[in-house]
Amino acid sequence: MSERYSFSLTTFSPSGKLVQIEYAINAVAAGAPSVAIKATNGIVLATEKKQSALHDETSLHKIEPIAKNVGMVYSGMGPDYRVLIRKARKLAQQYMLMYQCPIPTLQIVQRIASVMQEYTQSGGVRPFGVSLLMAGWDHDENRPYLYQCDPSGAYFAWKATAIGKNFVNGKTFLEKRYSETLELEDAVHTAILTLKESFEGQMTEDNIELGICDQNGFRRLSPSEVKDYLAAIV
Amino acid sequence: MSIMSYNGSALVAMIGKDCVAIASDKRFGIQGQTVSMEFPKIFEMGPQLYIGLPGLATDIQTVAQRLTFRVNLYELRENKRIRPKTFMSMVSNLLYERRFGPYFVDPVIAGLEPVTHKPFVASMDLIGCPMVTEDFVVGGTCSEQLYGMCESLWEPNLEPDDLFETISQSILNAVDRDALAGWGAVVYIIEKDKVTTKTLKARMD
Repeated sequence: MSERYSFSLTTFSPSGKLVQIEYAINAVAAGAPSVAIKATNGIVLATEKKQSALHDETSLHKIEPIAKNVGMVYSGMGPDYRVLIRKARKLAQQYMLMYQCPIPTLQIVQRIASVMQEYTQSGGVRPFGVSLLMAGWDHDENRPYLYQCDPSGAYFAWKATAIGKNFVNGKTFLEKRYSETLELEDAVHTAILTLKESFEGQMTEDNIELGICDQNGFRRLSPSEVKDYLAAIV
Repeated sequence: MSIMSYNGSALVAMIGKDCVAIASDKRFGIQGQTVSMEFPKIFEMGPQLYIGLPGLATDIQTVAQRLTFRVNLYELRENKRIRPKTFMSMVSNLLYERRFGPYFVDPVIAGLEPVTHKPFVASMDLIGCPMVTEDFVVGGTCSEQLYGMCESLWEPNLEPDDLFETISQSILNAVDRDALAGWGAVVYIIEKDKVTTKTLKARMD
């Protein structure tokens, strides 16, 4: 793909900006909202998945496991996300092969962020049009970690954050609602409420996705489990 | 002529009560001729993590250097000390990468877990098959003699001073029955707050 181009397509503007990355960030901001909250005993990932009634909603997922102890969600371009899922999974397994140890969250975040940075500098490619929210449980330190990876390759550790459409309002909402003593159950509740702020229409178990990362690992919740949580907020 | 007995070596590691000890001989020889009596075969990989490398002398040095390379990068990337079990997997991986042209070393690993200070010993073959034991591990040209000595002298929960005596007698008497190993011995006793190095007075033949 990039064998013929020896020069980068992402170049500096006179003001010192890399406009391609700015545009990629705009693509993320136009995507469906995603929210993540770190609680004392785990992390919740939540995202809006609006599909038409004709879609088979079970066949495509936004919240995906990367390793037994790490999962992620995105806002932005779905096809770009798929590429990153594959790369992240392979990197996590390479780590396991060498060290016989589950990959610490920061390590996989750094590796994926490095991949995303490559695509802003390599020849003939464009930046990824996604921001990732990666949630993992570190067994060594026995605590959860939440990170965001941007199209530029920058990564940030968060206690709670929102990305995608209306993310500014989402973060303001979280600033008010977040507390250090939040437990996972309450965090799920808060995440759903944050999504609800920008949600048009009725939230059902088929148009949102939830994922949980705790001591027992990462898993995506089934629609019936999502339904139970939704029932609590009505 | 076997490549593993070209230079000659003796390595042993033992578990004690909240401590581990690792000992090696100091001979560097080229078949029958002794060239040096100060050849180190035990290398520090962390404050309480040591690896002993018996086998071909050039590979002893190369493997030690390449492992240090990997461990240093690991510690920089992960911002933490490597744990003995993870280190064992790293050594295993390094050796298996050369499955069809191996490094001629049989590593012996001894260390204490970072937080719990639980003792750990392990050994592996030249292509990285790991073996974790709860008592002792041996390696080198006189491994058979070392097995015999350790099996008779070792008992569980030895205090550091007693462990030192036990491991010293094991290695001294084993190398005395091997022409290619000996010419001095060194012992490292690793406890949670300090590491003591002792050189043994041995038969210099």
